[in-house]
Amino acid sequence: MTAAPDHAPTLSGPGLKDRLGQAAPLLLVPVLVVLGYLSIGSTSSWLTLTVSGLAMGMMIFIMASGLTLVFGLMDVINFGHGAFISVGAFVGISVVLALSGWAGAPSLALNLGAIALAVIAAMAVTAVLGWAFERVIVRPVYGAHLKQILVTVGGLIVIEQLIHVIWGPDEIFLTRPESLKGAITFAGAALERYRILAVVFGLALFLAMRLVLRRTKIGLIVRAGVQNGEMVEALGYRLRLVFVGVFVAGSALAGLGGVMWGLYQEVVTAGMGEEMMILVFIVVIIGGLGSVEGAFIGALLVGLLQNYVAFLAPKLALVSNIGLLTLILLWRPQGMMPVVKAK
Amino acid sequence: MSDAILSLRGVKTDIAQYHILQGVDLDVPRGQVTMLLGRNGVGKTTTLRTIMGHWRARAGTIRLDGDDIAQAPTPAIARRGVGYVPENMGIFSDLTVEENMTLAAASGPLERERLEWIFGAFPALRTFWRSEAGNLSGGQKQMLSIARAMAEERKLYLIDEPTKGLAPAIVSTMAGALRDLKRRGASILLVEQNFSVARALGDRAAVMDDGRIVWTGEMAELAGDAALQERLMGLSMETA
Ligand SMILES: Nc1ncnc2c1ncn2[C@@H]1O[C@H](COP(=O)(O)OP(=O)(O)OP(=O)(O)O)[C@@H](O)[C@H]1O
Ligand SMILES: [Mg+2]
Repeated sequence: MTAAPDHAPTLSGPGLKDRLGQAAPLLLVPVLVVLGYLSIGSTSSWLTLTVSGLAMGMMIFIMASGLTLVFGLMDVINFGHGAFISVGAFVGISVVLALSGWAGAPSLALNLGAIALAVIAAMAVTAVLGWAFERVIVRPVYGAHLKQILVTVGGLIVIEQLIHVIWGPDEIFLTRPESLKGAITFAGAALERYRILAVVFGLALFLAMRLVLRRTKIGLIVRAGVQNGEMVEALGYRLRLVFVGVFVAGSALAGLGGVMWGLYQEVVTAGMGEEMMILVFIVVIIGGLGSVEGAFIGALLVGLLQNYVAFLAPKLALVSNIGLLTLILLWRPQGMMPVVKAK
Repeated sequence: MSDAILSLRGVKTDIAQYHILQGVDLDVPRGQVTMLLGRNGVGKTTTLRTIMGHWRARAGTIRLDGDDIAQAPTPAIARRGVGYVPENMGIFSDLTVEENMTLAAASGPLERERLEWIFGAFPALRTFWRSEAGNLSGGQKQMLSIARAMAEERKLYLIDEPTKGLAPAIVSTMAGALRDLKRRGASILLVEQNFSVARALGDRAAVMDDGRIVWTGEMAELAGDAALQERLMGLSMETA
């Protein structure tokens, strides 16, 4: 970046009201956590549910982050994104099963090694798959939303069927590696180790992504491209290339989310990605299309709400997220952190 | 015009089913300011967008330094040294002024000296360097848009109505910056409705009507002929 000016900038900046408005979405997560505490009443249950909700939120965020940028950059609606989640899960779980010696050993290093290899394999396969998907399926239908929906749903079905062909028609069960089983007790609450790991990992990934988007030139191009792709091209950058890169990275992240989700549920099915896509779309929409920060907050809200409601009123668990979607869109029709489109 | 940096011949552009440009012939001489004038809706912006490759010409040639760029992709055209200031300014509102400028210097980091020149022309940009561009005033956004075009050495500047909607004081800042650009030998194709600015800056003028260039000549000639202005643009701009 360039040198700072010699004297301090003195922009009075947005007024207090504007700034509160910008910060409001950030407050929603703590507000929901406090509301959860008040309605649940028991500290230990609340703590367990909160960690579980945050873990779920982090995994949904990982799945959603690429999708929101893909939409923001090129206005592409990709229903096929769920296929990357499933494929990532199957590839990752196959690696974990193949390395059962490592995964079953009572050694943290070997366990994590098995998971690391599973993640690398899943991300590599879904990255290549994403690249092919963009070339073959998405590229011919730029600018045509209806066609995008049709062909990407078609692509999703084809890939799901391919999973059946390769891995057989049944779901695959697995158990998590030794050291990620079980829970630790904290303040009387049982906190599953895997969930804590998922929270820490998800948070680190989000911060890394933010750093790339804010501090690197490629990140600047992506953020600018979401606002005004035409102008980015007029400055000499090949937006198509950037878009393909984001599509591939987003597919790999979906694959990563798939592995994490598979290990979380300890079962994988060809349809799991498709099922997750409902939550992923909710998160992308309430976050504001094209906003990674918005998707992050949206994912945490969805994860927490799902867990709190499942405990408090199990029958409402399914509709709670639709309720959240409705409320947020009534409040902010463009999502919590809409990207300013300059078109 | 032998030493034209940009030269359009028979350029036709359709938008949806409409024939907007119907055979534009236009030369932009090297090192001069060419004004592109005409009533509202005659195709000035469409001409600039076609040169940038945002709209694709259906027919005709667009030569930049001799090479036909009519079918080249927009980023390639920009990389050949064309700086573009669009009518809507194209500011990245969520990015800071600094980030907007960093992106504008596509082929490398912003040069310190160049940045000082830009700050000299538009002191407000120094003041608001770290602020989000979306929070700038309309005039400051327009300055940023032009500053982005100035962020690197360019062969040619395409500037679309830089004084649109600006207060007189800011118009003169803007005109001063453009005059400075001109003094440095830049080749500029400038769309401008403010006639006093046009007269002060323009070397040549081309007047459009209904998707064609209907008059070309010296800016001074047009400026001095109220009847000609009346005929070409439907009003005398002498009074403006
Ligand atoms: N995106 C579009 N879709 C349809 N028609 C368009 C579009 N953009 C421009 N036009 C039409 O093309 C014609 C030329 O427009 P253009 O913007 O080039 O005019 P202009 O000379 O720049 O006008 P102004 O002085 O008002 O900026 C107009 O009739 C306009 O309605
Ligand atoms: Mg115009």
